[in-house]
Amino acid sequence: MTAAPHQGAYHAATIGELARALRGREISSVELAQQALTRIGESQAALNAFITVDAESALIEARRADAVLARGDAGPLTGIPIAHKDVLMTAGLRTTCASRMLEHFVAPYDAHVVARLRDAGTVLVGKTNMDEFAMGSSSETSHFGPVRNPWSAACVPGGSSGGSAAAVAAGLLAATTGTDTGGSIRQPAALTGVCGLKPTYGVCSRYGLVAFASSLDTPGPFARTAEDCALLLNAMAGHDERDCTSIDRPREDYLRVLRAPATARPLAGVRIGLPREYFADGLERDVAGAVDAALAELRALGATTVDIDLPMVRHAVAVYYVIAPAEASSNLSRFDGVRYGHRAAQYADLTDMYCRTRAEGFGAEVKRRILVGTYVLSHGYYDAYYLKAQQVRRLIARDFLRAFGECDVIAGPTAPTCAFRIGAKADDPVQMYLNDIFTIAANLTGMPAISIPCAFTHDGLPIGLQLQGNHFDEARLLDVAHRFQQATDWHRRTPAGFVA
Amino acid sequence: MSYEIVIGIETHAQLSTVSKIFSGASTAFGAAPNTQASAVDIALPGVLPVPNRGAVDRAIRFGLAVGGTINRRSVFARKNYFYPDLPKGYQISQYEIPVVQGGSVTIATGAGERQVRLTRAHLEEDAGKSLHEGLPRELGEVTGIDLNRAGTPLLEIVSEPDMRSAEEAVAYAKALHSLVTWIGICDGDMQEGNFRCDANVSVRRAGEPLGTRCEIKNLNSFRFLAQAIDYEARRQVELIEDGGRVVQQTRLYDPDRNETRPMRSKEDAQDYRYFPDPDLPPLTIDDAWIERARAALPELPAAMRARLVAQHGISDYDAAQLTASRELVDYYDAVSKALPATHAASHKIVANFVLGEFAAARNRDAIPVRASPVPPEELAELLRRITDGTLSRKMAKDVFDEMWSEGRNVSVQLTGVEMTALSGTVDAIIGRRGLRQTSDPGAIETLAGQVIAANPAIVAEFRAGKEKAFNALVGQVMKASQGKADPAQVNAILRRMLSLLSS
Repeated sequence: MTAAPHQGAYHAATIGELARALRGREISSVELAQQALTRIGESQAALNAFITVDAESALIEARRADAVLARGDAGPLTGIPIAHKDVLMTAGLRTTCASRMLEHFVAPYDAHVVARLRDAGTVLVGKTNMDEFAMGSSSETSHFGPVRNPWSAACVPGGSSGGSAAAVAAGLLAATTGTDTGGSIRQPAALTGVCGLKPTYGVCSRYGLVAFASSLDTPGPFARTAEDCALLLNAMAGHDERDCTSIDRPREDYLRVLRAPATARPLAGVRIGLPREYFADGLERDVAGAVDAALAELRALGATTVDIDLPMVRHAVAVYYVIAPAEASSNLSRFDGVRYGHRAAQYADLTDMYCRTRAEGFGAEVKRRILVGTYVLSHGYYDAYYLKAQQVRRLIARDFLRAFGECDVIAGPTAPTCAFRIGAKADDPVQMYLNDIFTIAANLTGMPAISIPCAFTHDGLPIGLQLQGNHFDEARLLDVAHRFQQATDWHRRTPAGFVA
Repeated sequence: MSYEIVIGIETHAQLSTVSKIFSGASTAFGAAPNTQASAVDIALPGVLPVPNRGAVDRAIRFGLAVGGTINRRSVFARKNYFYPDLPKGYQISQYEIPVVQGGSVTIATGAGERQVRLTRAHLEEDAGKSLHEGLPRELGEVTGIDLNRAGTPLLEIVSEPDMRSAEEAVAYAKALHSLVTWIGICDGDMQEGNFRCDANVSVRRAGEPLGTRCEIKNLNSFRFLAQAIDYEARRQVELIEDGGRVVQQTRLYDPDRNETRPMRSKEDAQDYRYFPDPDLPPLTIDDAWIERARAALPELPAAMRARLVAQHGISDYDAAQLTASRELVDYYDAVSKALPATHAASHKIVANFVLGEFAAARNRDAIPVRASPVPPEELAELLRRITDGTLSRKMAKDVFDEMWSEGRNVSVQLTGVEMTALSGTVDAIIGRRGLRQTSDPGAIETLAGQVIAANPAIVAEFRAGKEKAFNALVGQVMKASQGKADPAQVNAILRRMLSLLSS
């Protein structure tokens, strides 16, 4: 076992612990930022978790946070260093989407979730590496090179938000953000042993999130604990009039339930649904064993388990790989070299300019999805593919709505395997796509889901447990995850080599 | 063998909202390039569209005015294609479910009135403009892109192929233009591209099914619409007569050469890959919204026309002329209201003057009603001088001309300042020019006596039965009165005096 328990060092601390240290003047926000910047710099060659780091601006923000702390006006996130996935717009700081197309693009505005976390007092240190335009499950398709898994440098961290997951796993930061379109927060969280929450679609605004698949894209937090995720979600969630799919509902304190005192059986009354479809053959043995053990723990905490059926969920991957590329093919049309971003140096005419610009600016996986998406939306194919996929999407949602009549939470593995070796699936898109087999449904239904670490494989790679809830049931998911983490220490393990 | 022309028209009416359909940027015309393009309009990564309620409201108003169905749920879709002035690489439009379905527009031609059915009206955003001229020379040979227009709200109004001649097509376009400006959803300025028509034209022999159509674009005036249809129909007939066949294509009208030229044919038509825009939930319109829009709708032209005939006692023809445009009838109404209804025919006098002298002056100087140098209150004052007998209509015209040119001078000096009535203007001009109608019978009798005495030859001709000679005498008296005499009164007095002579 390469993992070492928490030793009290700040780089392995939770947001809550950091906030207490900041308020107790044990450490300043500037010192925290400096430590983070140093660790990011030292880890970069090994992990490649970052695309852009802005030390100067981070220290300015940290000094401002220290002033707020000194005044006694600090909120729970004041002075906490953070990094955003490089698909979220940050005013004045380069946002590349890990693509050559936007290699030099500096956004003039903050994404809504970025602004909210800024307003909450977080200190932005940089932008994390990812799959190009968030298309991938391994963070290998980045124009800036692959991200590596802190638990094994030979392995991928998952994707697409691999840099954000790796940064938390390696103790570079206690908080990062990601986006989840088919599992892009949860799967890398599972593969790197951290917590990743995909909220209900519409809870966090998509404004300033560079669209991949608009009906699926969901911003969310990475942290070490479910409690920290709740803390971050409190800041990120909220109605935004600039996003028509943002939901206008009363503000919710996601920490409230978590503050209830621990009891012997805190999960008494919670019904956990186990979809037969998620425990079928083909699951890696270590993964299956880990999930079984986690379920035993949840039962020990008072939860009951019930078998459920989600018959349509077997179509989730197919449906997803029609809808997501369709939307992507249209969303990525704006990258045409006319107004911003990469433009080919040489071209004969307008069409040639488009062709060369996009041929040079996009990587292979992005092109593959644009081609698939263009195809399924084409005249004569639209009904058979796109329309059919939307119909099946509704049937999948119906399965889940019915299931949530029988249970409160659905549990299962986050991913069918642990972290795989870099390059292992790079040439086999279908194998790569099957990584998202358990995570995609939550995007298709718009329902929330969280991945928390629940075990390690025999060779020391993290395994994630996924908990899914009904729409707006984040608080319950976070509570179940929190109670599990109060009883276990999987989330406290850190990879060797990154613990000083 | 005679052919029938079949025409359907697609109109893009720019909705008169202050801001764009999916962003807060201004829609004002004529700003420096790209100064009215927000992050949403230039399609920065990560931005999202938010529909403008005002645009939807105008679409509802239109649907109610044409008696169409307002869909309680309509869907914004993406129309995907690449073009430099289309920032997102797709246009947000409505495809399968438009906001308005059905309805009709009444048109009037020499053959009378009839209905043109509408297929649908849907909301969409305009594209930007490519600039090929007027760019700084040091840039070399480049195409500029101005995205000020990108995202401007449009209502695309599609008619059924119900028109059978260029005359009907123009009548439809005019009626539609009048309606959208009437209900205040579109400024209707065709020069600024606020109201653009494309015509789908086909020909067939009587009784045959519809022929293959061509879509004609670039019709930015009613005259070009008529000319283009006539040219295109002739072209298609000649093609068929020569044994050829019409190919479905989009053609561009060239007003300089008065011809249509192919732009693209159906074979190279693009696949727009329409699909519902995932950034925009379906547009839902509840009954309350429709009722609010209905309540805000002004009296429609047909209803107002009937009311003017019934209540104001003016002719149906005049009522139709007045209700051809909202601002004209508003002007008429303002004059009528300011004119005390002491005279039985006062409405008729107003209508005659507004459709006569007022229209002539506007046409001569190409001045829209809203910019009239003579405000309605002043015109009312002038017309009051007709009803009280001070001025003849002829004199009133002279005074009006002076008011008009004086007002123009003032409005040139006060550019941008709203015209207000300059009190006493009418009487000042009458006084200054001594234009007061002489109604004193004694004075006219004196003049008539002088004329009779001075023109014995003409008097003799009249007595020999020549009616023309009488008119000559009236003219002489009018001249002697310097135009101040009432011609009717002169007429009566002269007849009386001549009859006395002969007896």
